[in-house]
Amino acid sequence: MTTNANRNEGDVVVIGGGVVGAAVALGLARSGARVIVLDEGDVAFRASRGNFALVWVQSKGLGMPEYALWTRRSAEDWHGLAVILRDEAGIDVVHSQPGGFVPCLSEAELDKRVTAMRRLHNLPGLADFPYEVLGRAETKRRLPDIGKDVVGALYSPLDGHVNSLKLFRALREASARHDVDYRPNHAAEAIEPRDGGFRIRGPWGEIAAAKVVLAAGLGNARLAPMVGLDAPVKPSKGQIIVTEKTTPFLHHPMGTIRQTDEGGVMIGDSQEDRGFDTIVGQPVISVMAERAVRTFPRLAALNVVRTWSALRVMSPDGFPIYDQSQSHPGAFVVTCHSGVTLAANHVLTLAPAILAGELPEMAASFSARRFHVPVHA
Amino acid sequence: MKAVTAIDQLAESYDLVVVGAGPAGLSAAARAAELGVGVLLVDENPAPGGQIYRAVTTTPVSDRDVLGADYWRGAEIVARFERSQASYAGSCTLWSIGPDAAVPEGGGFEIGLSLDGRARLIGARQLILATGAQERPFPIPGWTLPGVMTAGAAQIALKSAAIVPAGRTVIAGCGPLLYLLAGQLAAAGAEIVAVLDTTPRSNWLKAAAALPDFLRSPYLAKGLKLMAKARRSLRFVGGVTGLAAEGADKLATVQVERGGSVETIACDTLLLHQGVIPSVNLSNAAGCTHDFDTVQHCWVPRLDDWLSSSEPGIAIAGDGAGIGGAESAALRGEVAALGAAHRLGRLDASERDRAAAPLRAELARALRGRRFLDLLYKPAPQFLAPRRDETIICRCEEVTAGQVRDTAVRLGVTGPNQMKAFLRCGMGPCQGRLCGPTVVELIAEANGTTPAEVGYYRLRPPVKPITLAELAALPQSEAAVKAVVR
Amino acid sequence: MFRSMRDAKAGARLSFTFDGRPLTGREGDTVTASLLANGVTACRETPVSGVPRAPYCLMGVCFDCLIVIDGIGNRQGCLVPLREGMRIETQHGRRQPEEMRG
Repeated sequence: MTTNANRNEGDVVVIGGGVVGAAVALGLARSGARVIVLDEGDVAFRASRGNFALVWVQSKGLGMPEYALWTRRSAEDWHGLAVILRDEAGIDVVHSQPGGFVPCLSEAELDKRVTAMRRLHNLPGLADFPYEVLGRAETKRRLPDIGKDVVGALYSPLDGHVNSLKLFRALREASARHDVDYRPNHAAEAIEPRDGGFRIRGPWGEIAAAKVVLAAGLGNARLAPMVGLDAPVKPSKGQIIVTEKTTPFLHHPMGTIRQTDEGGVMIGDSQEDRGFDTIVGQPVISVMAERAVRTFPRLAALNVVRTWSALRVMSPDGFPIYDQSQSHPGAFVVTCHSGVTLAANHVLTLAPAILAGELPEMAASFSARRFHVPVHA
Repeated sequence: MKAVTAIDQLAESYDLVVVGAGPAGLSAAARAAELGVGVLLVDENPAPGGQIYRAVTTTPVSDRDVLGADYWRGAEIVARFERSQASYAGSCTLWSIGPDAAVPEGGGFEIGLSLDGRARLIGARQLILATGAQERPFPIPGWTLPGVMTAGAAQIALKSAAIVPAGRTVIAGCGPLLYLLAGQLAAAGAEIVAVLDTTPRSNWLKAAAALPDFLRSPYLAKGLKLMAKARRSLRFVGGVTGLAAEGADKLATVQVERGGSVETIACDTLLLHQGVIPSVNLSNAAGCTHDFDTVQHCWVPRLDDWLSSSEPGIAIAGDGAGIGGAESAALRGEVAALGAAHRLGRLDASERDRAAAPLRAELARALRGRRFLDLLYKPAPQFLAPRRDETIICRCEEVTAGQVRDTAVRLGVTGPNQMKAFLRCGMGPCQGRLCGPTVVELIAEANGTTPAEVGYYRLRPPVKPITLAELAALPQSEAAVKAVVR
Repeated sequence: MFRSMRDAKAGARLSFTFDGRPLTGREGDTVTASLLANGVTACRETPVSGVPRAPYCLMGVCFDCLIVIDGIGNRQGCLVPLREGMRIETQHGRRQPEEMRG
């Protein structure tokens, strides 16, 4: 009896084994919790296999300044996370923060981006986010390979990138070394609050835990109401093109083009509301290719080796949802579409707070209650 | 036949597009065209014939005995196609299949083609995929060394260019093609120092039940002749349980294990073969359902009596529909053509069924005995999932068997798609063609499951290389621009 | 690595270069077959570890026959017919910028 009680005490079940779930699980385990991760199988809607691998700050937070601050904090803490993953997983996730560009292919595009950045900077607390608006000449000086159609660019020194597949593996590898109990093919069907804790059921059986964290991406919409939470997330389709490996030429991430450490060039990232359709759509891919070639003409002759589409996890306003259930304390929801950028926050800030039983103050604005109360001007 | 030599010569749309100009594709295209269907046959090779009848119209091999009567039969299949009204685009790759947005409620496809460095999207009301087979990966230590090739490659070199391995040649593996090739290469003057047979001895017992059919099959006489010829003239080593190719920058020796004993054979060329499996990359990317066939030990598309796949409008014929050999491929091509012609309204159901009846009878005869061969030549487990950790299993990304096993066990990876994300296996230019079956096998073994439970890579276009410039030059839609420029 | 069969039909001879070396091949052969017939063993070095590789399947499946043809890198030599005057070069690892101009 005592052994069983002790075994469950402080245990957390994380539902979802993507980058978000793996980051939370690692953070919990590093704080000393016994963690069980319940994951789906090999074929599932996995945003984690289809992300663009940016640790991106610029332009984020219009409409919610707290998101800009939260993002920036994660970008700062990413240096520490990379060291942790190197030491605890033995994997270099190739994180760097060389500053990122958003090259624009028309004056109208550039104007739109500049206006958005100015508006962002007028929000409370965001005045000191560094960025530059670069004309064509300056863009060309910094990125000699740009094509003639590039009229200018936005640049922020805060932007960086990683190898997101190495990140995914490193999170899982470090978790394994911290004795996280990872269970694939364990989709959660029902969660039942009981005796101050939770029972999670599926065709595989039942698991009990004192705390439960919903990190199931799009699955959160279904699971959240079972524990008095709300996660009104919907899919947003994104498509990505990857080229064959080429010699390194792009040393900065761009909003929609980056070169991986292996040499392939990734081109993204479209956004379509197409329900759960993950078919690669030809016209969108063509537009992406055409813009990439105009931005960097040297890409034109590269062979495409892969394209894929994945579903982003989008809340109604596009910002993350972090919440603890009021009716069933101990149940948390963690959901966002920037699992790579926010990985440092999830491991280092959010997970310890979940274990302590209270979400951090910085995360207060991300409660789903924001979708239900009238916004005051 | 109307030859299409430039991408802009293609029509906007065809009733039927057939992919692959082997016996299945040629027969399908010819039969459909004979029924008045507007057909385009696309093939990535410069000349029709596929691999089995590779270069049958152009081969420089003058001595007909070298390639044998079965090979020359291909000439008649090509000739029939050439007499038809079908269009033919050689050196043309098909890189995507998608729904035709212009046809609401499905009922059509938009296919991406590339010819001479230029891409185009055209319409197809029906599709027959006849992309055939590829050799089953044969991952042994050192199989990436220059000097190691597939047996099929040597056969293609012989048929298409009349060239043979120059030095000491070893042929290793199992399956009927092994003996056929040994005989052909020997006849062509190659110096074959050994034929190493990896057929597990226990397979004879498993195959015994299927023997009676085999004894009445067309394979028998042919097979016995091949084997007798090979055994008579060549050094034949049976019961091989382990193989490794060794050498610094190129092959120098092959290490052969037979039970407990090890022999080292010096050689310049090692030709590997352990059967063929359907090429599933295109049908997989097109969304067709596949099942794992435990007798042929490979993934095959799920098809109905008319060889229609789970995707309405897409039929699959030839060895891509399950391995059956050249004769059955041609017959299945015709059956698929009848099915497509019916769906296109060219044949009513009774005409279709009447035309198909003799084909089906022939098909049953052609396939009789197949099961015996499948069971007999099922590769040994150690050649499907290599034992030695350092064996490269993904040739493109240079991922080893040990990495896959270790990752499957320690990180709880249950399928190839997650494995791909973690190790990059299947992410290189061959898009998993040379590692997929092995990765699945290793995961199944590590987790104590089966290939059927493990599943396969989920593939997406482009299934053949296309440049960014080609993609960039394709038509754009307003909605697409809006999805990208935000 | 390969040699012609003794009584093969002679075809028209085409001149080409491989890494600057003048060679000839038979009209109708692919780039890869022409290299094999000229005794070339490796056609590329891999972008991952830099080890030499040679054509493996000759049927467009394995992508081990990747090669630079007339300045364009990573082409499947087994699918490209040899043409008079072709400049063929070893594919050294990743695609290089000078292989992109075409």
